[in-house]
This record gives sequence, C-alpha cells and structure tokens, in this order.
Amino acid sequence: MIRFTVNAKTRTFSGPPFKRLIDVLREDFGLTGTKEGCSEGECGACSVLIDGKPVNSCLIPVCQINGAKIETVESLGVPEKLHPLQDSFLREGGTQCGICTPGMLMSAVAYLRAGGDASPEAIREQLAGNLCRCTGYQQIVDSVARALGTKPKTGSKAK
Amino acid sequence: MKVLTPRDERDALRLYRRNPDAFPLAGGTDLMVLWNAGLLNKKTILDLSGLRDWSRIRETPKGVWIGALATHAEIRTHPAIRERFPLLVDSCRTVGGRQIQNRGTLGGNIANASPAGDTFPALAVYAALVHTVSDNDRRVMPIDEIFAGVKKTHLKAGELIEGVELQTPPNPPSRWRFRKVGTRAAQAISKTVFAGQLWLGKDKVVDDVKLALGSVAPTVKRLRHVETHLTGRALDGKTIESALRLLPGDIHPIDDIRSTREYRLQVSRNLIRSFLMGR
Ligand SMILES: Cc1cc2nc3c(=O)[nH]c(=O)nc-3n(C[C@H](O)[C@H](O)[C@H](O)COP(=O)(O)OP(=O)(O)OC[C@H]3O[C@@H](n4cnc5c(N)ncnc54)[C@H](O)[C@@H]3O)c2cc1C
Ligand code: FES
Ligand code: FES
Repeated sequence: MIRFTVNAKTRTFSGPPFKRLIDVLREDFGLTGTKEGCSEGECGACSVLIDGKPVNSCLIPVCQINGAKIETVESLGVPEKLHPLQDSFLREGGTQCGICTPGMLMSAVAYLRAGGDASPEAIREQLAGNLCRCTGYQQIVDSVARALGTKPKTGSKAK
Repeated sequence: MKVLTPRDERDALRLYRRNPDAFPLAGGTDLMVLWNAGLLNKKTILDLSGLRDWSRIRETPKGVWIGALATHAEIRTHPAIRERFPLLVDSCRTVGGRQIQNRGTLGGNIANASPAGDTFPALAVYAALVHTVSDNDRRVMPIDEIFAGVKKTHLKAGELIEGVELQTPPNPPSRWRFRKVGTRAAQAISKTVFAGQLWLGKDKVVDDVKLALGSVAPTVKRLRHVETHLTGRALDGKTIESALRLLPGDIHPIDDIRSTREYRLQVSRNLIRSFLMGR
C-alpha cells in the first residue's frame, strides 16, 4: 500500500503501482482540477507540487510518491476567497479557456513561495514548462507579476 | 507490468542481474512517455527511487561527485557546481521546463543517450567520468566513450550508472560558454548544443581549449582536431578560420526532419567562432 498526503489530507492507494498520479488524483480521489493536455510532459497542464516542487503528474507512477506531500489546484482558493494568484489571473486576463490554468497556477505558486523575482524574463523561465494556446502568455506573465506585488506595465485590461 | 522496488544498491544490482530485461526507472521523464504511449506494457520496471544515496551531490578532494539520481534542479542550484562547473549549471537550466528539471536525473539523461542530450557537451569539456556498477563489476568511462550511437550506450546487462565524477581544472578558464540552439528557448529539442572553455596565455596564445558539440552527430563530440590546431597558436581571425576548416573531421552532422547537414555545420561554425572571438 502506498501512503502520501494530498492537500494536507492523508491518502492511501493500493491499486496498480504504475497508475499515473494524474489518474489517481482524478479517478480515485475525484480531484479533477488537475488537467491532462498531452500525456508527454510537454504542456504542464497536469502540474502539481510534490514536496513543494512543480512536476508533471502525467509522468509520475504512483509507486514513486510513497511518503510524499502532494498539492493540487484544489488547495489554493475557493470562489468566496480566492488565492492572490487566482485573483490576479482574473484581473489580468491570465485565463481564457482555462485548460492550462491549474498547471500555470501550481507552477506560479511554487515561484511565489520561493520569493521569485518579478522580471518578465524570470517569470517566463519559471513557466517555460507550461503551454497556453489562448492568451499569448503576456497576460499570464502580468498576472504573476501582479501577485508578486509589482504592477505590470502592459496590463491586458488596457488593450 | 511488474515493478521491482529495491531499497538499496545491493538489492538493486541483485534484482537487475536476475531480471536483465528490466527497465531502470529514475525520474521517469523519458520512460513514462514510453509507458503513456503503451510501449512498456507487460515489461518489468526496476524503480531506483529507493536508492537514497544515489541522489547525493558531494564535494571530493578533486572536484564534485554527482549521484546518478541527482536531478537537473539539484545540480543547477548546488553551490560547488555553480562555482566550479558553470557550464553544467547552464545546461541543466535548459533541460525542459522546471517540471522536467525537478524529476529528470543526470543518470537518466546519460542512459537515455539522446543525440540531443543537453548536458553532454558540458560534461565532455569537463572530461566527466561516468561510474557504473553491476553485481560483480565496477567500471569508469569518460562521458564521450559511454555512447554507442543514437539512444545506445555501452552499458551491459545488469549494469547501472552510479554517478558522475567531475574534476576541477587547475586554473579557471579565461572564458567559457554554453549555447543551445533550438526552435524555442526552453523545453525544445536542441538543434545544436555547444560548450567551450578557453585558457589564454601571454599575447593571446591559446594555452588550452576544450570544445564540444551535441546534436550534430549520433553522439556528443569533443572537437579534438579544432582544439589541437588552436593550442599554442595566437588567437586571431586567421587561426580561427583555419581551425574551423577542420570541423568536418570532428563532427558528422546528419540530415533529418529537424535540420539539414549544411545548416548544422554552419550553426556549429558560428557558435565556435563567436565563442573564440569573445563575442
Ligand atoms: C517535455 C520534455 C522535455 C525534455 N527536454 C529535454 C531537454 O531539453 N534536454 C535534454 O537533454 N533532455 C530533455 N528531456 C529528456 C529527459 O527529461 C532527460 O533525458 C532526463 O534527464 C531523463 O532522466 P530521468 O531520470 O527522467 O530518466 P528516466 O526516464 O527515468 O530514464 C531514462 C532512461 O535511462 C535509464 N536509466 C535511468 N537511470 C539509470 C541509471 N542510473 N543507470 C542506468 N540506466 C538508467 C532508463 O531505463 C531509461 O532507459 C525532456 C523530456 C521531456 C518529457
Ligand atoms: S499532460 Fe502532463 S505535461 Fe501535458
Ligand atoms: S487559457 Fe486556454 S490554454 Fe491557456
């Protein structure tokens, strides 16, 4: 049996050891906030945090997470009380269709916690493993910069 | 699908000897893509993640030891590596995005033996030594001798990469550079990867130079002909151009769906020239 925590709740799993973390989260625990885009590690839609670090949950067999601390997008805010990042994504237009958003948020939250630098280049490097086919990225970079407490120069609302 | 989960090195090597067809699993960033594509059905997996010691990075009297299971993120942020092996830091920074760097390991990168493996040119100019271990043997191979071809290494059945040894050069180089040329800055397969170190003496005479290219041949290449030509000569435009004419003797670029042979040669020449000219 494999034992770990998801969003601070202890969970166990005794199914196939090579079931992917994304499928365990979605199918076994009903945590469907984590999305699947490519199943190849390219798009980052499936990003979750393991012990605080962003990883692609489509590339992780559940047998490798014994004892780990998993965080998914469900651990951020609720509609009544958004996480600051969710709030800035709304304000800056950092989300359109929304498929990439849970993964973007998880990569960004790790960056915020690490005290990341608000320069657009640094934000882009941090989010390089998260693809978005809607926004053109600028609004996402602005959203993260806003959450870091710097007012973006090119706010999308102005456009 | 059978998963073997050894707790330590001895256990792992014994299990691998008994199951020589097993696929070792490190960070899974290459292997899980195959699994997701259905290519590992009914195979046996040897999950190395229980071998805690193998993810250690430590300073040694001569340099640094990097355990095979150290991730690109751990290597990129390690103080001793940042100080003494900056080309490796720069190359690990370009391996995929953060998610890949947080899982992908150096041992997995080497064992996977992609012609586009981004760490190889840096490891080649540092003359990295790859340590391997099996149930009854230990071996040490220079990085540029471990590869047998595209996606092929000289690892034997039952043999694992244990770690990589880097030796600090006696003097820091006058100049060093890592460059990755691809279609996108991050998370894109490389068209050409370059790493170089240069030691200049009096009157711009080349005391020593180490150059390597990846993605331009089935395996990483140290540019021995170019290096030998440059060493001992004053570094001027004429010397550089005559050295560059020797490049086709060092690399054998391929035509493929991503680029042509001529394009790869040209990009390689440009990268070397701009490094040598200090631009
Ligand atoms: C989206 C994406 C982007 C990528 N971008 C890059 C890139 O820019 N540059 C780059 O170089 N690579 C890139 N890769 C490839 C991959 O991430 C790296 O090669 C990584 O270092 C592999 O390490 P791993 O631990 O994940 O390997 P795994 O997938 O666990 O294993 C890879 C192979 O090595 C074998 N193996 C693993 N460890 C050992 C060991 N200790 N001894 C013997 N055999 C072993 C496995 O059996 C397998 O065949 C990318 C991959 C993805 C999915
Ligand atoms: S679904 Fe995991 S990276 Fe795309
Ligand atoms: S908002 Fe649609 S993919 Fe990013």
